[in-house]
Amino acid sequence: MTLRNDVAITPELVANHGLKPDEYQKILDLIGREPTYTELGIFSAMWNEHCSYKSSKKWLRTLPTSGPRVIQGPGENAGVVDIGDGQAVVFKMESHNHPSYIEPYQGAATGVGGILRDVFTMGARPVAAMNALRFGSPDHEKTRHLVAGVVAGVGGYGNSFGVPTVGGEVEFDARYNGNILVNAFAAGLADTDKIFYSKAEGVGLPVVYLGAKTGRDGVGGATMASAEFGDDIEEKRPTVQVGDPFTEKRLLEACLELMATGAVIAIQDMGAAGLTCSAVEMGAKGDLGIELDLDKVPVREERMTAYEMMLSESQERMLMVLHPEKEPQARAVFEKWELDFATVGKTTDDLRFRVLWQGDEVANLPIKELGDEAPEYDRPWTEPKPPAPVTDVPKMDVADALLKLIGGHQCASRRWVYEQYDTLIQGNTIQRPGGDAGVVRVEGHASKGLAFSSDVNPRYCEANPLEGGKQAVAECWRNLTATGAEPLAATDNLNFGNPERPEIMGQFVKAIEGIGEACRALDFPIVSGNVSLYNETNGRGILPTPTIGGVGLLPDWQKSTRIGFTAPDEPILLIGGPATWGSHMGQSVYLRDLFERREGDAPHVDLVAERKTGDFVRRLIRSGIVTACHDLSDGGLAIALAEMAIAGGIGATIAELEGQDPIATFFGEDQGRYLITLNLDPQGNEIAALWAEAESLGIFAPWIGSTGGHDLVLGSARPVSVKELTNAHERWFPDYMKGDGSLN
Amino acid sequence: MKAAVIVFPGLNRDRDMIAALTKIGGAKPAIVWHQDTAIPDVDLIVIPGGFSYGDYLRCGAIAARSPIMDIVRQRAEAGVRVLGVCNGFQILIEAGLLPGALMRNTSLKFVCREVKLEVVNADTAFTRGYRHGQIIRCPVAHHDGNYFADAETLDRIEGEGQVAFRYAQGTNPNGSINDIAGVLNAGKNVVGLMPHPENLIEAAHGGDDGRALFAAALQQVA
Repeated sequence: MTLRNDVAITPELVANHGLKPDEYQKILDLIGREPTYTELGIFSAMWNEHCSYKSSKKWLRTLPTSGPRVIQGPGENAGVVDIGDGQAVVFKMESHNHPSYIEPYQGAATGVGGILRDVFTMGARPVAAMNALRFGSPDHEKTRHLVAGVVAGVGGYGNSFGVPTVGGEVEFDARYNGNILVNAFAAGLADTDKIFYSKAEGVGLPVVYLGAKTGRDGVGGATMASAEFGDDIEEKRPTVQVGDPFTEKRLLEACLELMATGAVIAIQDMGAAGLTCSAVEMGAKGDLGIELDLDKVPVREERMTAYEMMLSESQERMLMVLHPEKEPQARAVFEKWELDFATVGKTTDDLRFRVLWQGDEVANLPIKELGDEAPEYDRPWTEPKPPAPVTDVPKMDVADALLKLIGGHQCASRRWVYEQYDTLIQGNTIQRPGGDAGVVRVEGHASKGLAFSSDVNPRYCEANPLEGGKQAVAECWRNLTATGAEPLAATDNLNFGNPERPEIMGQFVKAIEGIGEACRALDFPIVSGNVSLYNETNGRGILPTPTIGGVGLLPDWQKSTRIGFTAPDEPILLIGGPATWGSHMGQSVYLRDLFERREGDAPHVDLVAERKTGDFVRRLIRSGIVTACHDLSDGGLAIALAEMAIAGGIGATIAELEGQDPIATFFGEDQGRYLITLNLDPQGNEIAALWAEAESLGIFAPWIGSTGGHDLVLGSARPVSVKELTNAHERWFPDYMKGDGSLN
Repeated sequence: MKAAVIVFPGLNRDRDMIAALTKIGGAKPAIVWHQDTAIPDVDLIVIPGGFSYGDYLRCGAIAARSPIMDIVRQRAEAGVRVLGVCNGFQILIEAGLLPGALMRNTSLKFVCREVKLEVVNADTAFTRGYRHGQIIRCPVAHHDGNYFADAETLDRIEGEGQVAFRYAQGTNPNGSINDIAGVLNAGKNVVGLMPHPENLIEAAHGGDDGRALFAAALQQVA
């Protein structure tokens, strides 16, 4: 066949497309000729790491992805999980790391836009969003600028679109100095019988382009996201897309209206590698060919080439296959919302992906092989080295340590961040950010609610990827449980360095193993996700960061618990700890943030105990006796108690554990622990029954103290007023962003 | 009592507003799309919050010049009650139905938090469910809520009881002059406010201080 080609294919051009010589050879073997420039672009888009998962696929297959409630696992735009009553929650988390470092506002904004589109493409109205953000050291010169830009971008898009941001994470660590992480999560609600998929069906049907016009923005973005950063980073700014939440909001309403007409056979949003990925995916899934006529694509710039149109990552665009007889109704919906609607191609029976431009054929490729034959690597990996144990834990006054940590960058309040997000829109928010999990009620149902949490501890993952992977899942499951929710399923956003380095690949392999182990033990399948590799600058990788976004179901949101103490003179129970309450100091924030020591093993997660303890806590919450509940994480018992006191404005007095090092007791980061307060008489029969049950289950549940007063008293330490704690906790972020205050 | 909600593209608290009017009024309001050429015969017209036309020009400026706003203006002149919340307030100001201007928050940031409001004038169709001087809770969520009016206008609206709500107890979130959170027109049948009473009307919201505003606005004219 003769295809039009205006650009000579040279080895340099191939290399610039991120294709290795053996990968290019594979292309030659596959099509039996030299590709055109447009085809080369299509291959680079389909075969880069971001779209093909070529380094990760082998390991992703090992994750549990099914369960009694799972309607759709990975492989679609988002995962779908049954929540009963004919409804489903549709959710996914996705990274926008590289673009957010280059251009923080637009990078973060379009990350939010992309994940929202993934959710409503499936027919779900988005009801909640979260963002897991990781920045470099607070004293790094770029950090303030990046924090300000990313937070404004997340808010700018999500607020305008109209979805409440109900949770997330913000962390600082020097290991993200050159590569920040922006992981955006969105969840929506749909009826289980009205879920839309990307698989095209039927030959000769119109392929319709919807939404915003195509420009040159983001050309090559997915390829950029599959490479390390070097010193030429500023030159990559033009590969970042520009977001338009106003168009996205109209696209949401138009898509949902269109879906209600019954016109939609298949739908796919244009995300990474835009028109290329979406068209190939729809055709390949349906065993159909696709023919696109680029002269019909709505464009907002002049003289765009076929190559540019195929690789543009302009935002707020969709591709659909429609029932031809309903095209007029479909067009009317889009005209009402003043969005572009153009028939740009058709489905065919020849299994070819054909692209026409200016009357010439510029690409003619086997559609199935474009996806299926993408390279897949079993990259060499090395077993991570076991970390040396912590031998000496430096002493510090407990009250001083508490104040420094609660007012330090790791544990300080994130209010400065989440007050820039609309957390209340839609009127269903039950728990805003600042607790263990965000909670929204299910609109239209009398009592049901959904809980959302995003978690990972990159320090643990670096020290011990296997335990770190387990811990990320367990902590997410624990946070959902702490509200009284039943954890349903999760999405994973796996952020790592360069997989071509065996030690990075080793982190990846072991973290996945840990995630899989924990998901199986906790019946918490992974239903969607995203992999972001090459998070490196000049050869230095980020901390391994497999972010887990989890969803839980509350049968009655009125019974969900919060972290704040609610009344004085209530007994405080520590559920699930070791007999010494706390012991594990390896990789603790106590060591890292007070003594600048990153030492020791990560705390290990006992998954059997985790599940048993969580199920027990959830039962207690649902029985109505629990007045507050908080899981223990960074900073251990002391920080968890301080957060409960601050949130409730009530102090507490905690007993001294004799013969035990108070540092380990109060700052140890042992896993699988919760704090609860009870509306029970600590001398009464009901609490005795609770203890009897805990004992029979083998769960440690000591009464460690009581709420009340204006101070938090940790054993024999100096009392610290709740007011002083609150000031320290609230002050760090605004002071830091203003550019004053200490940067601990 | 019948109500209508005007919807412009980009508004996003229309669903919240419709839910509040339905729950408190007992009947779903009429939904009027911005391209409609008529508004049904109603006693209350509401313009909800959001980002009409993306707020890409001045907030509310494009929606204010939409043909449907001519009908809103005629109805307002005829005495029909008109309520604008957040972007709706911005639209009413841009349409000239309310005095003053709304500028970018002094923090230059979007702000979503709960504030305290003082009911400054409890003698209106919208506020008679509150007591004069009553302090109520209410959430805000906006980027451009910094109310401003020149000295003469300020004197007039303060003097004529056209200030409906003021941010209280040091909770002014945006730098508004005189802590003004909501204003009325001279006829007191048009009110606009930045805070979102529709997001504080039931137990799930953690309070119902916003309810009285809708209960009053939806009441039959005596």
